[in-house]
Amino acid sequence: MAATRTDSRSLELIGFALIALLIMVVLPLMLDIFRLNLVGKYLTYAFVAVGLVLCWGHTGILSLGQGVFFGLGGYCMAAFLKLEASSVENTRIQSTPGIPDFMDWNQLTELPFFWVPFKSLPFALIAVVAVPAIAAFILGAAMFKRRVGGVYFAIITQALASVLTILIIGRQGYTGGINGITDLRTLLGWDIRTDNAKYILYFVCCFLLLGIMLLARFVLASKLGRILVATRDQEDRVRFSGYDVANFKIFVFCLASAMAAIGGAMFALQVGFMSPSFVGIVPSIEMVIFCAVGGRHSLVGAVVGTLVVNWGKTLFSESFPELWLFAMGGLFIAVVLAFPRGLAGLVTDQLIPRLPHWRGWTHRQPSPAPAE
Amino acid sequence: MASDTDFLLALENVSVSFDGFKAVNGLNLYIDTGELRVIIGPNGAGKTTVLDLICGRTRVSEGSIKFKNQEITGRKEQEIVRLGIGRKFQTPTIYEDLTVFENLELSLPRGRSVVGALFWKRADEVIQRVHEIAATVFLADHVDRLAATLSHGQKQWLEIGMLLIQDPELLMLDEPVAGMSVSERAKTAELLNQIIKNRSVVVIEHDMKFVESIAHRVTVLHQGKVLAEGNMQRVQSDPKVKEVYLGH
Repeated sequence: MAATRTDSRSLELIGFALIALLIMVVLPLMLDIFRLNLVGKYLTYAFVAVGLVLCWGHTGILSLGQGVFFGLGGYCMAAFLKLEASSVENTRIQSTPGIPDFMDWNQLTELPFFWVPFKSLPFALIAVVAVPAIAAFILGAAMFKRRVGGVYFAIITQALASVLTILIIGRQGYTGGINGITDLRTLLGWDIRTDNAKYILYFVCCFLLLGIMLLARFVLASKLGRILVATRDQEDRVRFSGYDVANFKIFVFCLASAMAAIGGAMFALQVGFMSPSFVGIVPSIEMVIFCAVGGRHSLVGAVVGTLVVNWGKTLFSESFPELWLFAMGGLFIAVVLAFPRGLAGLVTDQLIPRLPHWRGWTHRQPSPAPAE
Repeated sequence: MASDTDFLLALENVSVSFDGFKAVNGLNLYIDTGELRVIIGPNGAGKTTVLDLICGRTRVSEGSIKFKNQEITGRKEQEIVRLGIGRKFQTPTIYEDLTVFENLELSLPRGRSVVGALFWKRADEVIQRVHEIAATVFLADHVDRLAATLSHGQKQWLEIGMLLIQDPELLMLDEPVAGMSVSERAKTAELLNQIIKNRSVVVIEHDMKFVESIAHRVTVLHQGKVLAEGNMQRVQSDPKVKEVYLGH
């Protein structure tokens, strides 16, 4: 709590630069393409975590259903890739050539109408952001205009995650069911399964992630960002300052969902499939844990938290797969009880004040008030 | 239907019940432009509820509330605020994680839409206005401090400042000196006497000394109804008032 607002800002910049250096230079030099691709997959979850910093950390809206938006983004991307992979030549052996394999297995004989526009890449890319944002808008408007918040909102988002999973699994012919949409091959003829393509997609993912972090930074630094914090602390007061609180909540929820969706789309591209196991309750809660471990108030923290937890998950589950879930639960409890501000909080509250250089620097600041 | 009115604020036959309990019962209350009105009454008389009704926090069950001859019952809180009614809560309700400057800046009645807030520019006149208000509420030296670090009395002043910067025509204050030290009370009374010049003010207060130092007209509420109304002396000498309130 000893850092001032000014140096917490420059700290954030340092953190941002370090993250950029880590994911763009250090990791690509250190890791082989298999591991780097794995990091790329983790980074797609970081999109969700950054969105959660906005809507949970700063506005106090806990969504336990961000997997829904991650999934919608991923499915929109996967739909395009699947259609491209299901050309008539590639699917000659099917009873109806030219439609995705899972549709053929489910006795569909023509492409469902809502799949047709996904033949166009521009449409698919717009849908990646628009479909989840519209879904978030409808849910947000229905909830926030009625002043449903807190635990009730969290439960409803969780129910939504459950509903969407059941829907995807149940409507196999339209969605690929429990297996998801698999065997994605090319993007406009460019094979995304090669090592070369994986490198390129990894860097695209990094650039997009840094881009949305900057966007989130811009939002938080604006007056709107301060209104979000004010809403978290004193919702009534914000209303009595003449703001329509629901609109601000809807905005930040849509933004967080669109960010999650971009992560989902990058997931489909890098991993080569999309399935309901990334939509439901468990992945949604895992994403909240990534954010909590890293520090829900810090954009950089959320990314670090995502990388650390997933790296731990990979290490741990390679040796003790059955213990991982317990470790994850324990980690979450430890974070909530022992360091509620996450790794980022440990750095700003514990580490920085102990560094003599920083302490001296802090004392030269004009306003010695502690930052949040 | 309620008739046309020249009063700034007119409550006519207003009732509200919570699960059958009538917290406010057929209340009539009229506030003039430029008036300072103090509402007193024993605990549970419905004082805070009256403010909640006016500012839209609680829905009126029956009756009419008119502000500048415009019906405001059923409107949303932020719409009523935008019409020119400001409200201070009983406990200091400020944004603890923001600085004094940011608290006041957020309360300035501009850039209230999502887009307006996102592309808000801190213009010179904004900075000037914030400092002006900060000086009025005795916080000129504390603009860069986090609101959480202010003393209780300073928080109360900050909230008054947040209302002043809205420049409301009607200011409603719920126990503005609760929890303040003696010197803070004196300063607050001075502040109130200064800010009422350009607007109407409704104050709820328990502290009788403080009421005497600011009151023009006093309304005594009891069981959701007006028991007496008039200047301080008249009200204090009213036998009904003595019985329910001032007697003990």
